[in-house]
Amino acid sequence: MTVQSPVIGDHLHHGAEHEHHHDVAGTTTLGFWIYLMSDCVLFAALFCAFAVLRGQTAGGPGAKDLFDLSYVAVETTFLLLSSFTYGMAMISAERQRRSATLAWLGITLLMGLGFMGMELHEFGELIEKGAGPDRSAFLSSFFTLVGTHGLHVTAGMIWMVTLITHILRRGLTEANITRLTCLSLFWHFLDIVWIGVFTTVYLLGAS
Amino acid sequence: MFGKLTLEAIPYHEPIIMITVAGMILGGLALLSAITYFKLWKPLWSNWLTSIDHKNIGIMYIILALVMLLRGFADALMMRSQQLSAAIGVNGGHGYLPPEHYDQVFSAHGVIMIFFMAMPFIVGLMNLVVPLQIGARDVAFPYLNNLSLWLTAAGAILINVSLAVGEFARTGWLAFPPLSEAAYSPGVGVDYYIWALQISGLGTLLAGVNMITTILKMRAPGLTMMRLPIFTWTTLCANMLIVAAFPILTATLAMLSLDRYLGMHFFTNDGGGNAMLYINLIWAWGHPEVYILILPCFGIFSEVVATFSSKKLFGYKSMVYATICITVLSFMVWLHHFFTMGSGANVNAFFGISTMIISIPTGVKIFNWLFTMYRGRVRFETPILWAMGFLVTFTIGGMTGVLTAVPGADFVLHNSLFLVAHFHNVIIGGVVFGVMAGLNYWFPKAFGFKLHEGLGKLSFWCWLIGYYLAFTPLYILGLMGATRRMNHFDNPQYLPYLIVAMVGALVIFAGIGSTILQIVYSVWQRKTLADLTGDPWDGRTLEWATSSPPAFYNFARTPVVHGRDAFWEEKQEGLPTAPEPAYAEIHMPRNTGTGVILSAAAAVLGFALIWHIWWLAILAFAGAIVVAIGHSFNENRDYYVQGDEVARTEGAYYQKLGTQEA
Repeated sequence: MTVQSPVIGDHLHHGAEHEHHHDVAGTTTLGFWIYLMSDCVLFAALFCAFAVLRGQTAGGPGAKDLFDLSYVAVETTFLLLSSFTYGMAMISAERQRRSATLAWLGITLLMGLGFMGMELHEFGELIEKGAGPDRSAFLSSFFTLVGTHGLHVTAGMIWMVTLITHILRRGLTEANITRLTCLSLFWHFLDIVWIGVFTTVYLLGAS
Repeated sequence: MFGKLTLEAIPYHEPIIMITVAGMILGGLALLSAITYFKLWKPLWSNWLTSIDHKNIGIMYIILALVMLLRGFADALMMRSQQLSAAIGVNGGHGYLPPEHYDQVFSAHGVIMIFFMAMPFIVGLMNLVVPLQIGARDVAFPYLNNLSLWLTAAGAILINVSLAVGEFARTGWLAFPPLSEAAYSPGVGVDYYIWALQISGLGTLLAGVNMITTILKMRAPGLTMMRLPIFTWTTLCANMLIVAAFPILTATLAMLSLDRYLGMHFFTNDGGGNAMLYINLIWAWGHPEVYILILPCFGIFSEVVATFSSKKLFGYKSMVYATICITVLSFMVWLHHFFTMGSGANVNAFFGISTMIISIPTGVKIFNWLFTMYRGRVRFETPILWAMGFLVTFTIGGMTGVLTAVPGADFVLHNSLFLVAHFHNVIIGGVVFGVMAGLNYWFPKAFGFKLHEGLGKLSFWCWLIGYYLAFTPLYILGLMGATRRMNHFDNPQYLPYLIVAMVGALVIFAGIGSTILQIVYSVWQRKTLADLTGDPWDGRTLEWATSSPPAFYNFARTPVVHGRDAFWEEKQEGLPTAPEPAYAEIHMPRNTGTGVILSAAAAVLGFALIWHIWWLAILAFAGAIVVAIGHSFNENRDYYVQGDEVARTEGAYYQKLGTQEA
């Protein structure tokens, strides 16, 4: 079933005359890119704080004592695979395959849930061990950096559920594909940030 | 149930605060009952509060800025009079304000003047002017624009609530730790500071994203980047700075709140925290911030100087490149705010030199403005007076800036009144003079009548003379050893300077009064001051090519641009005197109340977090998320203005034009 979008309909109806003010998808995507750059700066500030405070353990446990690389490797795999499945969702969406798009989005969502579940489990274990965010400056910056990434992933998942609802209601309209594109940018961006987290926090910390 | 909030939070025992609060409440009630009496709620809601028209949003930003200017200036008068009253021996030489109140006053003064006066004023002018200058019908994201405005207003509301309920920060305008940590500031003052800035900062960031996208994507055909009016260029650069710098502020304040709320150790004395990390981060935002304020003002002066000299701007390209240079360099100088941190001679030398380098592109700009006026036919109307006052005052401020950029000298001048005089020199001489020039210049575009010339000039002279009277003594006091943020001084030698500074503050007060009188009088006399042409100053750029105030769709037909100073060129070829036979329909966005609702939720969320009322915080946050997601399901966001409605509006405009010429 394809729903004829009123937006697309308008374009056909009014033709090229309004083109200048109607590059909605391009404008939205550019605006979202600019927002993402600001988010990148936000993470840069948190990375910076982590770099300054990583050695400040205040007599408490350090990175070597706390992090389990193989656990984090599984966590990372979830997130990297979810980027791939989101890419599949985008390809399906561009081919107007609604059920395939929804299925890939569902898989992505599950991967995201897996990632967040593992992260929260790790946080819980650390706090239980007495290595909570109030233990030392190192742990404050660790929980804040990783937690902020986790909050972003959570926000991305809420957004994904919203988009699934949008697609179920109106199908793969032009507006919905723009939304999917923005979330795609966001999701891949979080992947890239995670690669930074994995490297600076876990790999450098555990070595 | 109400967290830390009890009736004790209201400062009954402080007569000064209670009288102010009573005045605010009475004034607010009077305003609300006037709106009710004249049955203005519905038009206010549907034409203004929920408006997504960039011109209305710009005007509302500027109203917010003017109101907060009064609040911030009241703080300034209190500081000057406190130091003077102490110097002449009131209350045994301690002055009339107790230290804990005085500390809140200087903190609030800085926060209000930067975040809730200068920023909204600048963002308001950008909103009002930029879409018109680039021949667009609105900004790229009109709904987001409305949200930005109300988030800024929500922050301003929190600051004003802090006066009546609880207290404001006593930490200075950047809330340096460890003083701002829970151990030393256990009250709610710093929390008011944090949440007011976080909420308004989000608004500013969204406004920045919006404005960049608008300038990059919505320009009229033919308006290439190197044909953009300089104000649009400087707006673009300032907004890039917003997008690159404000997230640092957000992250830094978030870390401070994690310290305060969850007992973390980013900036604490114990647990391995590092207070200098905060100071580095906050200035990595703070220095670009001053360029966010001044760059658009450079743009305003460029427009004003070219228009009132009846000449094209001298050195357009060098102006653009100088702006870009300043944009990049502004991120490379933050450490000059704390040479005394002790990062060593090499680091200090790097930042000292990079700071001095900024004066080169700035000097290029100064000469461009001078050469534009040189051999021009300068018309001495109010806006260019502000521009000329700026040229002199800002240059002096720039020179004292280069002086403090020498790390050795800075060790002496750091945190002295010399520094206070320096940054007021550039902020008043640059930003305030800039927005005042912009207000006088673009007011007729926004409302269709000019501001009264005489009162405008009176305001300018009061500000100019008042500035020199108020701050030259502070330069001298700084060199004599007076440090900033002092409740009182013991040194009798300071007295004459404190008297002159007080007189200066009162003269500036007269300048602010003249501006208010100017606006009120001009509204009253709007028939005689009316401008029907839409081009009262013989302007050069596209905003003057449409009626004043412009129709809500700005341009009946999207203009096509063939060069710089597009409207000037058009005028040389002759303007149309009659409407076109037919107009195409115009696609416009619909008003929405979502921005107001979300911002109200944000204000409640902030208040709940300040007072630790967790259930309310969760409720407000969840409510905001639901409303935001709900808004995404609203498909009815835009509509088409029919061609015959455009034809009617344009016909009326040309008829008015005709009667004026006849």
